[in-house]
Amino acid sequence: MTLVADTPPGQVIAPPTPPPAPTSAERWRLRGPLLPALVFTLALTQIPFLMTLFFSIRRWNLLSGGDQGFNWGHNYVDTATDPIFWKSILNTVLITGVSTVLCIAIGLLIAMALNHSFPGRGIARTLAITPFFAMPVAVTLFWRSAMFDPTFGLFGFLSRSVGLPAVSWLSDYPLLALVVLLTWRFTPFGLLIMLAGLQGAPQDQLEAAQVDGAGPFSRFRFITLPHLRPFIELAALLLAMNLIQTFGEIALLSAGGPAYATTNITYYIYLKAFNAFDFGFASALGVVALVLTIALVSPVLRLLSGIFQSEGRR
Amino acid sequence: MKPNVLKRSGIAVGGWVGSLVLFFPIFYMVVKSFQTEIDAANPTPQFLFTPTLTNYAEALQAGIGPYAVNSLVVVVVSTLVVLALAVPAAYALSVRPVAKAQDVLFFFISTKMMPIAAGIIPIYIVASALGLLNTITILVLMHIGMNLPLGIWMIRSFMQEIPGEVLEAASVDGAAGWTKMRSIILPLIKPGLASTALLCAVFSWNEYFYAVNLTTSKSTLPLFLQKFLSFGELYTAHVAAVATLVSLPVIIAGWAAQKSLVRGLLFGAVK
Repeated sequence: MTLVADTPPGQVIAPPTPPPAPTSAERWRLRGPLLPALVFTLALTQIPFLMTLFFSIRRWNLLSGGDQGFNWGHNYVDTATDPIFWKSILNTVLITGVSTVLCIAIGLLIAMALNHSFPGRGIARTLAITPFFAMPVAVTLFWRSAMFDPTFGLFGFLSRSVGLPAVSWLSDYPLLALVVLLTWRFTPFGLLIMLAGLQGAPQDQLEAAQVDGAGPFSRFRFITLPHLRPFIELAALLLAMNLIQTFGEIALLSAGGPAYATTNITYYIYLKAFNAFDFGFASALGVVALVLTIALVSPVLRLLSGIFQSEGRR
Repeated sequence: MKPNVLKRSGIAVGGWVGSLVLFFPIFYMVVKSFQTEIDAANPTPQFLFTPTLTNYAEALQAGIGPYAVNSLVVVVVSTLVVLALAVPAAYALSVRPVAKAQDVLFFFISTKMMPIAAGIIPIYIVASALGLLNTITILVLMHIGMNLPLGIWMIRSFMQEIPGEVLEAASVDGAAGWTKMRSIILPLIKPGLASTALLCAVFSWNEYFYAVNLTTSKSTLPLFLQKFLSFGELYTAHVAAVATLVSLPVIIAGWAAQKSLVRGLLFGAVK
């Protein structure tokens, strides 16, 4: 990372002394280009959050009517004592955790094959990354009727053709069905990142290890895996960031059901806000979701910031 | 020599099988889109059949047009605004960094970690008060907010890669500010700008959460698809045709740009 300070026009030889501290006007000139983006993002993210915080301590249910007013921590007490809230937290953790691990593991396996050259590798790779681009709403609806349906779906056909009864995925294993769909959709993401990591693997070390008689497993374990670590960490963070917010797949695959079996925190907020119209309660849920996300993500983020600060690590 | 051949073909088979398993549902979707509803509803998958274009024709007649136009407008406008805001911001965070550039960068990415649902009620209320509910404008605004951090991170990483000497030489020759941006930086990061724009466009095209919560009739393609649910049972062949139709542009764009995609997906974090 080389950041080059500008030399004033006409000054051919830069003096070896450190540049003088910028004046106030100079600092604003540097900041200028940043401000539109910063102001826009602040307005669009921080103001709604502060408003959510304010709504979360108010009584505000459009359906039950009555006055709006402060009820302070009441919504939070309701949240903490709501079993569905806890179920949605558990579901969020399960959906995010299991899918993230699967996307990285399967992605790594396929990437290791695609890292070797073989006939048609380019085509295979192109086909493999396709699910990531298809419109999520579209593929979710398609999976619902053409894959998961016990009578008409492909999985039902496959179970029947090996002599097993067809499973009704969406009513019997709804969470598993959701994880399967999400894993399918996001594995290409893991795959692309793992492939990028493998392509930068230290070939000289791998060859030297082979000469020294190290088997494929120990070469992977002691050379490739340490090299891949930052890629795995990054992929995990970015996948988790996406998966924790899963909404469309849930809304269209199972509508959070049956019996809240696939309701994650995002979908529960949506249900409370736009089906039950309990804006106060939904706002409290939003604040809790934010706090939990920060608690979950900030250790990873710190890690990530380490990766960025030592860009020469690779 | 022999185990080597065996190993090589094993890898090839593994790579192909893995890729084909991932691709199969997409292939199956395209196949079903050319079937009649009766063929599509056959419990045994049909691969030999007389293809029909009925589903596509009916999808076009069902009023996909306005939704497609809305999607296109939202994608193009939001992506252009993201670039217009992100290029100067990335410049201020890389070429001539402001104080605490690192912190500002992390502020931007941290907004992507915020649960989108945590802010939706105020956004809904403000949009309603401003008369922006069920308009394309509100979707454009939300998509800009959604993609701006990605844009800044990606474009910054491309600017970081411009050799310091090039920028120095430009300054020595008297190029400053806008001139330097237009004649040196922008041409050098053109491929980067293109892949940034592509990723933003893909995310905007596929976005569903804001569409479903902030719009009803004047909306984008994901909401058009959602209508298939309200008819109770799903018409597989029709869904497949519409799904293929709306996914195809993005899939082709993704295929075309796959080389530069990785760093975009990584927010430009790993080179």
